[in-house]
Order: sequence, then structure tokens, then C-alpha cells
Amino acid sequence: MHFGGVAAVERVNFTLRENELRCLIGPNGAGKSTFFKCLTGQLEPSAGSVVIRDFTVNGRQPHEIARLGVGIKTQVPNVFDGLPVEENIWLAARRWHPAPRARVLTAETIERVRLGDIRNSPVGSLAHGQRQWVELGMVIAAEPWLVLLDEPTAGMTHDEVALTAELIGEINRTATLIVVEHDMQFIRMIANKVTVFHQGSILIEDTMDVVANDARVREVYLGHRH
Amino acid sequence: MNGRRLFRWRIAVGVGGVVFLVFGPQVFELFAIINLTTAIALAVLALSLGLVWGYGGILCFGQTAFFGLGAYAYTVAAINFGGTSWAIVVAILVAAAFAALLGYVMFYGRVSDVYLAVITLTVTLIMYNLMRRTSGPEYKIGKSLLGGFNGVTSPPINLPGDAAAALLPEDVFYVAMAVLILAYFGCVWLTRTHFGRVAVAIRENELRAELLGYDIRAYKLGLFAIGGGIAGVAGILFVNGVGRVTPDVFSLYNTALTIIWVIVGGRGTLIGPILGAFALFYLTSALGTQSTINNNLVLGAILILFVLLVPRGIVPEVIRLWERGISRRASLRREQRLRRRKPARPARETAD
Repeated sequence: MHFGGVAAVERVNFTLRENELRCLIGPNGAGKSTFFKCLTGQLEPSAGSVVIRDFTVNGRQPHEIARLGVGIKTQVPNVFDGLPVEENIWLAARRWHPAPRARVLTAETIERVRLGDIRNSPVGSLAHGQRQWVELGMVIAAEPWLVLLDEPTAGMTHDEVALTAELIGEINRTATLIVVEHDMQFIRMIANKVTVFHQGSILIEDTMDVVANDARVREVYLGHRH
Repeated sequence: MNGRRLFRWRIAVGVGGVVFLVFGPQVFELFAIINLTTAIALAVLALSLGLVWGYGGILCFGQTAFFGLGAYAYTVAAINFGGTSWAIVVAILVAAAFAALLGYVMFYGRVSDVYLAVITLTVTLIMYNLMRRTSGPEYKIGKSLLGGFNGVTSPPINLPGDAAAALLPEDVFYVAMAVLILAYFGCVWLTRTHFGRVAVAIRENELRAELLGYDIRAYKLGLFAIGGGIAGVAGILFVNGVGRVTPDVFSLYNTALTIIWVIVGGRGTLIGPILGAFALFYLTSALGTQSTINNNLVLGAILILFVLLVPRGIVPEVIRLWERGISRRASLRREQRLRRRKPARPARETAD
């Protein structure tokens, strides 16, 4: 993916098995988010291709990718700020199910993301962490088989992060996940296999323990020592 | 506003509308009735923009394009068919189809909001200038001359299938008022359907709606075409009130007025634009009888005042004050209850 003369992501060969939970990490500007946007159709790669279950995603509209059964949570929460929590979740559930099932699914999802007390509040009035949960709730309510989460714990308190980790574990029982994150503690809670991005390419791909002890990764995160 | 209160309020609007429909002609004189028909037509136009802009978030600066097209299509078709029943159908279809065509180009071309406003404004102005240049016998569609600057005389609506039974002005008023009530409740119903709720969601956040799997282009196109059709209905009612169609239906003045009605009445409500249209119609009529202040100056001042002081419009502001009043009364009641209970409590405690 090139922006003008800048190659934001280059020579990335990334494969994911079904029901895997993969974390993407890397310092700022490593190309995680650009890569993520290529997956979700918000950007079209200038070369190469993205394939989701035999479906080539390149140049497709975001809604077409979502219709494959892909649930997406963006870095900056994209929610319906002027609408109540319940309506937000309902809109996700109703896209896939007839009205009666959508109602049930909405109620269940609200319980799962623990927003029952504020189901009638407009999402715009909620705290940042709660807005993240609303967005996560919208992803869950659509019952996707592939879930892409960009920084799901940004702006959350410690307890909220722990609950989110629990929630992601639950999602992983039925769905494949890609999680882009900065928060190392959070990644330790959920991660199985980790992919490290650096300067637009994949630096290393291995379990969290191996990655955390890798000399190159340490150098990338702490900066070059002169 | 909670669900039950909203429901009661809508019932009240419906009852009020029907009472007005039934007793209007008995209370008002003929001239006032004809004027009212025109005002109702403009209220339907305002409602169409209130739906498209207030609910769909699509700022159409040329809602009069569909309004005027409906007016012309009705008149030309009625003259050609020698009756108005099919002309009404044709006019609504022409207005909706043109909106759909324009919407297709804009939404599937992913034109941004600002350009959408500019394009729609330009379209209505092109039509204005085009129709002004159609004077002369060579400009005609079938049997109907287009009449350029002077326009064409529009035949009044007749009973369905009976061209000889043209309606009297009072009857046209009944039709117009019934159409307004139907259009209002039709829009209320639409905004409660899955389609309408998705349209509102798209207004709130386009990307999220897409990421949920909704094709936002199709939803916007659908809403825009419905809005165009309603504007076309308004055009039909308008020429029935005024008696003729002229290029002025497309004019900058009228298209700007439509926006002002919605801003003054309140975006995001359906009754707001209707009330805004009525209020400003009668205000401009009243201002027209005097010559001390320029009419447009007053309208401009009203617009600026509203944008600065009541940016959400009259109806949303009234609802907000009303609800604040309710919650204050509720907390007052709670306090009174507590105060009444207080002396009882220490007595029981001493008894323990």
C-alpha cells in the first residue's frame, strides 16, 4: 500500500487459520492500521491482494466485506452517537436476522457487553470505554465468523481491559480474530500467536513469549541504542 | 421524549389535523381557503425536505427541482390526457424517477455533502432558466404549451376517472389537507421501519453503517427518491392552490425558503418543517401587505437569528424545555413526598 511516494505496508505475507486468535503489534507508524484498513476495504492496496475465504477483497465496498460475515471495530470508535445503546446494537442484529430474532439477540448482546443499565442512553453521552463496548456489541450482535478489532481497549480502565479480554476469549470460541493492540498487558491476557509489524513489513511472527524475548523486537520498541 | 408520550402527541396531531380538515372551510372564507391550500402544499414540500435532510442527513438544496417537476408534469399531463387522475400518477412518478436518477449519480459516485448541496441547487436553477426560455409556440409537449416566463394554467383536480367533475376550491382544500395528514403519518411510519432506522443510522455514521453490512448508497437513493416523490405531490397541490405553474417553482428564492422552513421548524422532526412552512408562509403574506420593511430582509434576519440562537429549530427546542419542565416537576413531587414522610420516621425510631 503506497501513499504518494511512501510505502506504508510492503511485502506482507499474512495467513490466518480459522478459529485462530492473532494479535498484531508494532510501534507507531509500523503499518498495522494501514494493513487493517486494507483488510476491511477502507483502503485498496496498490499491489497484492487480500483474500477472505476465497473472496478477493480488493476494490470491494466495506459493506460487501461485512456481508461475508466479517465484524469490524475501527480504531476510533465508529458508533451511532445520537442513538441509544439499544438502537445501535439492534441495527447490527437486524441486518442479519428477522425482527423477532433481532430483538432477542439485541437483549442478549447488551447483557454480554454489560450495558444493561444504560441501554436507553445516547451513545454520544457515554464514557470512551463504554463506547468501545457498544462497538464491540455491534460486532458480536452480527454473529460474525471473522472479527477484526483495531485497538479494542484504547481509553479503558484496568478493570474494563480485563473484562474486554474475557469478552474476546468468548468471541474466539466461535470466531477467528485479528486484534491490533498497543497495550502489552492486554496482549499477554489474550494472545496466542503474535505478529510484529515494523516499517511496513512483518518483523516476526511467533508466540508471545518468543516475541517478547526477541532482541529485534526489543530494539524496535525501545529504539536503537547508539 | 419517551415512546408513550410521543404516541399520545402524534394522536393529538392527527386529531388536530382532521378537525382542521373538517371544519376549515366552515370557518374560513374562500380566499383564505385557497391561500391555505397553497400553504399546505408548501408544508408538504417542507415535510419532504425534513425527511431527506432531517432523517437521512442529505442536505438537498434543490428540493424545489422535484416540486417544480411534479407541478409541470401534472399540468402538462392533465392538459394532454384531458383529465387529472393519471396526470397525478405521472407527476409523482416523474418527480420520484428524476430524484432517483440524480440520486444514483450522486450517491453511487460518492459525492460529498457539500457538493451534493451545490449539485442539487444547480439542477433546480438550470430548470428555472430552462423553463423561462420556453415561451413561443414551438415549445410544447403534446397539446400543452410550456409558456416560458408566464407558465401554464393548471386544471384543477377532478374526481377519479371523471374529467368533467372538477373539484371546487373547498374540495381541493380537503384533498390537500388529507394528503398532508397522510404524508405526515406516512413519513412517521417510514422512520419507524427498518429502512427508516437504517437511514437515520447512516446520518449518524456512514462508515459504521457500511461496516454493519448496509449498502448506504442504496438506502440514501431510496430515501432521496421517496423525498422527491413527496415533493412532486407538493407540486401538484401547489398548482391546484395557485392555479398555474410558472418557472418560479424552481427559483432560488423558493429553494432557499424550503431550507429556512426546515431550519426554523426543526431538523430531525417531521412536524417541525410543516409548522415552519405554515408560520413563514403567513408571515411573508402579512409582510407583503406593508411596504415599510423589505420582505426578504425580515426572512434573512429570521434565518440568522435561528441559526445563532435556536440552531435546532422551534420544535426540538420546545420539546427540550417541556421535558426539562417535566423532570423538574417530578423532582419537586419527590421532594414533597420526602418532606411529608420525614416527621413519621423519627417517631418510629423512638418506638424501637
